[in-house]
Amino acid sequence: MLLFIINRLIQAAGAVVVMSMLVFIGLYLIGDPTAMLVSPEANDLERAAVRQAFGLDQPIWMQYLTFVGNAARGDFGRSFLTGQPAMQLILERMPATIEMVVVAIGFAVLVGVPLGMLAGLRPKAASSKAVMTVSILGFSLPTFWIGLMLIMFFSVYLGLLPSSGRGSTVSVGGLSLSVLTPDGWRHLILPALTLGLAKAALIIRVTRAATREVLPMDYIKFARAKGVRPRRVVGVHLLRNILIPIVTVTGLEFGQAVAFAVVTETVFAWPGMGKLLIDSIIILDRPVVVAYLVLMVFFLIMLNLVVDILYMAIDPTAREKVRD
Amino acid sequence: MIGTNSARAQAAENLLSIKGLKTHFATRAGVVKAVDGVDIELAKGEILGLVGESGSGKSITGFSILGLIDPPGRVVSGSMTYNGKDLTALNEEGWRQLRGGDIAMIFQDPSMTLNPVLRIDAQMIEAMQAHANVNRAQAYARAREVLVMVGIPSPDERLRSYPHELSGGMRQRIAIAIALMNKPGLIIADEPTTALDVSIQGQIIHEMKKLCRQVGTALIWVTHDLAVVAGLADRIAVMYAGRIVELGTTEEIIENPRHPYTKGLIDSVPSRSTRGSRLHQIPGMTPSLLNLPQGCAFRERCAYAVAACGDEPLNTIEPDGRAYRCWNPLGGPRP
Ligand SMILES: Nc1ncnc2c1ncn2[C@@H]1O[C@H](COP(=O)(O)OP(=O)(O)O)[C@@H](O)[C@H]1O
Ligand code: SF4
Ligand SMILES: [Mg+2]
Repeated sequence: MLLFIINRLIQAAGAVVVMSMLVFIGLYLIGDPTAMLVSPEANDLERAAVRQAFGLDQPIWMQYLTFVGNAARGDFGRSFLTGQPAMQLILERMPATIEMVVVAIGFAVLVGVPLGMLAGLRPKAASSKAVMTVSILGFSLPTFWIGLMLIMFFSVYLGLLPSSGRGSTVSVGGLSLSVLTPDGWRHLILPALTLGLAKAALIIRVTRAATREVLPMDYIKFARAKGVRPRRVVGVHLLRNILIPIVTVTGLEFGQAVAFAVVTETVFAWPGMGKLLIDSIIILDRPVVVAYLVLMVFFLIMLNLVVDILYMAIDPTAREKVRD
Repeated sequence: MIGTNSARAQAAENLLSIKGLKTHFATRAGVVKAVDGVDIELAKGEILGLVGESGSGKSITGFSILGLIDPPGRVVSGSMTYNGKDLTALNEEGWRQLRGGDIAMIFQDPSMTLNPVLRIDAQMIEAMQAHANVNRAQAYARAREVLVMVGIPSPDERLRSYPHELSGGMRQRIAIAIALMNKPGLIIADEPTTALDVSIQGQIIHEMKKLCRQVGTALIWVTHDLAVVAGLADRIAVMYAGRIVELGTTEEIIENPRHPYTKGLIDSVPSRSTRGSRLHQIPGMTPSLLNLPQGCAFRERCAYAVAACGDEPLNTIEPDGRAYRCWNPLGGPRP
């Protein structure tokens, strides 16, 4: 088990290195950030001075090695725009994004799993068909459109919920969180719902498919032949087996949502990481973009590790494989 | 022998009584008459072998007795009583109490019957707690006890295992132990040894017979292999295309089959005298249960067919309880 985790961490390090190289080269090819570092009236001499100051006159491999050397000490450079340390800039924004995504995915799982099971258990019932139809809408409608509709209804028409920002936050161990204040929750509901609806739609479909697959299994029929109560057949025998695909999809979607929450964050002016990433890409703020992607690769690999550990908790044959 | 014929005449004493059971599947292609008029009388503690080729409706008969027919299947008619209780009148909770409590079932493929993500102890304890108001420790003790009964060494270790950690034979013993948990009056064993090695097959059959005789549990042993039940059953019912085509004591059926299909089954069993020579196989295949033609369903494959076979053969019941559905039985009509 420990070996398995160490193995994963080595993999993670490798992936981070490759990723940072690719991003470095990519950004180098896209354009020269000097333009945003100097004033438009600056002459060539001034430009050269700036280039030198930021190390942009060096060949790319030299710039990369300097970056790696600094990164190893935890220094990912400073934002070209604000001059703040790039990593710090991102980490400050991270709680907002994670918080919204956790609420969104939590909602999606709590709604998606029961509805998906219901649709799988009684595929012919009108209610199941209705659930499936709505779920198709859920993931074919674009997120931004759902967001705008929710704003129209809850903010503009009913005037119930705020349409932008994060509301008041409480700082817990250096993390500022909205989920701890009523006002924060009011701000959180709409963006989380927007993101959560599409995810719920997906989880419904996965749960339904898994339910349909597990239901005809002999062990379900055997449990019934033992006289096990229907509630336990569904809640234990069925659920424990469909959890494997559900955990897979939930993990993937969680990672996706954290790394690319930009659409929802933009619609609701939610001050998260996604918005920061897009802004940084537009102005070629290389240190922030590189730091962001390095952080995300690391995060996704950690998430994967968590998912694998969950597999082992759910599926005894997965445990066996790790032991070998 | 338990349940000889005069005793069986008194249906009141019978544990299980099934009359005219029909279980049909409404499929897109038409109605599949998987079970089409089956009668079974079973005395307390009796062992019945239910024999027939694959697809003849044996499993569906078993599932019908437990109320485990799922759509598109449906028990369309027939009466079933167990211990005087009318099964067709049961509600869902009534069925649940019957299953695993009064009547237990063992399935064919032990690699599929146990839930792969639950430990054996959980799967055994729940079987008892579904029927008796006992705590975990009591249920665990009973689980341990039945595991010892079915000959499983170090039961505590097995109880802590997951199914994939056990061999096929071990898993099937556990399924048998689960069936015994609540001391049912009847166990329906649906080809429980078909998926196992021949040596383990023999052991399990032997132990199963011993256990049932000890406890007085009745047994319906479903198999496609007549040889398996020859040394096990008190009586044998031969099933073909959704019907029981011949019924009699094991001895009568083996020594003196009346139905040509039964004879075909006997001739296809390898024995000392036929070893080395080619086995006699019944020609042709089990007919599709969808739109069976008029008359005897075995007609196309039968070497004894006569003109009368174009009509549905009636069930001939002899005074001693021997029964067959055939217009031209072997040995001719008895005096
Ligand atoms: N779910 C189903 N839908 C349609 N037909 C079925 C279904 N289950 C069983 N049958 C039909 O019922 C017949 C009897 O099946 P079964 O009782 O399993 O046979 P066996 O004697 O091999 O146990 C088969 O011919 C099969 O085609
Ligand atoms: S009724 Fe006719 S066809 Fe059917 S088994 Fe008897 S002899 Fe053969
Ligand atoms: Mg079968």
